[in-house]
Amino acid sequence: MSKVNYDSLLKDYPFPPAVKEEIKAELERHGLKKTEAKKVIEKCFQTYLANLMEPGEAAGIVAAQSIGEPGTQMTMRTFHYAGVAEINVTLGLPRLIEILDVRKNPSTPMMTIRLLPEYAKDREKAREVANRIEATYVKDVADIEVDIRRFTILVRPDKKSLERKGLTVEDLKKKIEKALKVEVEETNEGLVIQITEPSYKALMAAFEKLKDTVVMGFKEIKRVIIRKEDDEYVLYTEGSNLKKIMKVKGVDFTRTTTNNIYEIYEVLGIEAARNAIIKEALDTLEEQGLEVDVRHIMLVADVMTADGELRQIGRHGVAGEKQSILARAAFEMTVNNLLEAAIRGEEDHLKGITENIIVGQPIKLGTGDVELVLKMGGKK
Amino acid sequence: MKFKLQDHMFVPKHEVLSKEEAEELLKILGIGKEQLPKIRADDPIAKEIGAKPGDIVKITRKSLTAGESVFYRLVV
Repeated sequence: MSKVNYDSLLKDYPFPPAVKEEIKAELERHGLKKTEAKKVIEKCFQTYLANLMEPGEAAGIVAAQSIGEPGTQMTMRTFHYAGVAEINVTLGLPRLIEILDVRKNPSTPMMTIRLLPEYAKDREKAREVANRIEATYVKDVADIEVDIRRFTILVRPDKKSLERKGLTVEDLKKKIEKALKVEVEETNEGLVIQITEPSYKALMAAFEKLKDTVVMGFKEIKRVIIRKEDDEYVLYTEGSNLKKIMKVKGVDFTRTTTNNIYEIYEVLGIEAARNAIIKEALDTLEEQGLEVDVRHIMLVADVMTADGELRQIGRHGVAGEKQSILARAAFEMTVNNLLEAAIRGEEDHLKGITENIIVGQPIKLGTGDVELVLKMGGKK
Repeated sequence: MKFKLQDHMFVPKHEVLSKEEAEELLKILGIGKEQLPKIRADDPIAKEIGAKPGDIVKITRKSLTAGESVFYRLVV
């Protein structure tokens, strides 16, 4: 049996690539002849056309309902251990609200860091990268004592924890000098910091500052957990700082993500943010066992990113920027919106849906979107 | 190590359209430039590909439904 080139048959049809692939695979599975394949493709094309969205269909309303209805079934329980060892992640309805509101600081920021091949296979090497990332404070690697009589602070480094973090006393000294902007004296007891101003208040302020001085890692990353996934080690972090972490040695930045969408927008741009919205929203819904078609979420993500910057769904974003006064007033803060519009002398041109429903006119949606014009005397 | 932001798995392919391509696109779509979705000139990716305000950026996305889909944004 001669091989039929299905690609050339499919070439002229405007199918999306994924559909083309599917049809091709199916044709190959049955090993159809050219004439048969042609018929099948034609039939597929008819079905494809019949399933396309009609012009004037209320896609936004359908999306809103399709996300809103499962949303009513989501649990109100906020916290959950998402399978990942002990890392707390906001899930369910609160998380979905967080995504659609584009919160700049989500309640549980989290990163998934994948490593370069030479680091991913070896647990020790992965630990090394984790050490570089995880915030290590002075209090984690040393005992701090305050001498009130001499106005000094004594930092006694703990050899064991220093070694585990791959640090030296010298590193510690430099970090403290930089953070407190003072000279640090190294004695055989430890590091001695002399407070220049002989006041109790200054001493305590220096002590507080010293405790929270980061010796290594990034202060946003509170905890790092190493997990083995398939055959590579992956780091999960509590806290997020994409910009700094992607520059860390050993991190495979192309596969490193965060659940903070605003951070992705700032670092990787608007298109990456769109992808992040879709992924986060879909994951949140799926985790709750709810099946929502991606198309609806894609529409929401497109609306949120259409302006080139992230806009939230709601009063301060998409709904608040509508040009119609009546549509804004119908959404939230009715009196404020009407009052402010009156003060500014705004006009409503009644171009949208909501305002036309309010004034009782036919709306431009579905069959209302077309107008019929009778051509007089045009018929022979 | 110098890396390209475009290599990140979340970032689809961005290209600046030439003047002729842009004109042809607008003719096919039958719309004005301002009716396209926007991308900011200070967007990290727009900066990386050197897009200037007024340019049209062609974005080839990996789509969950269509496999691949093309999208256009106007640089503002």
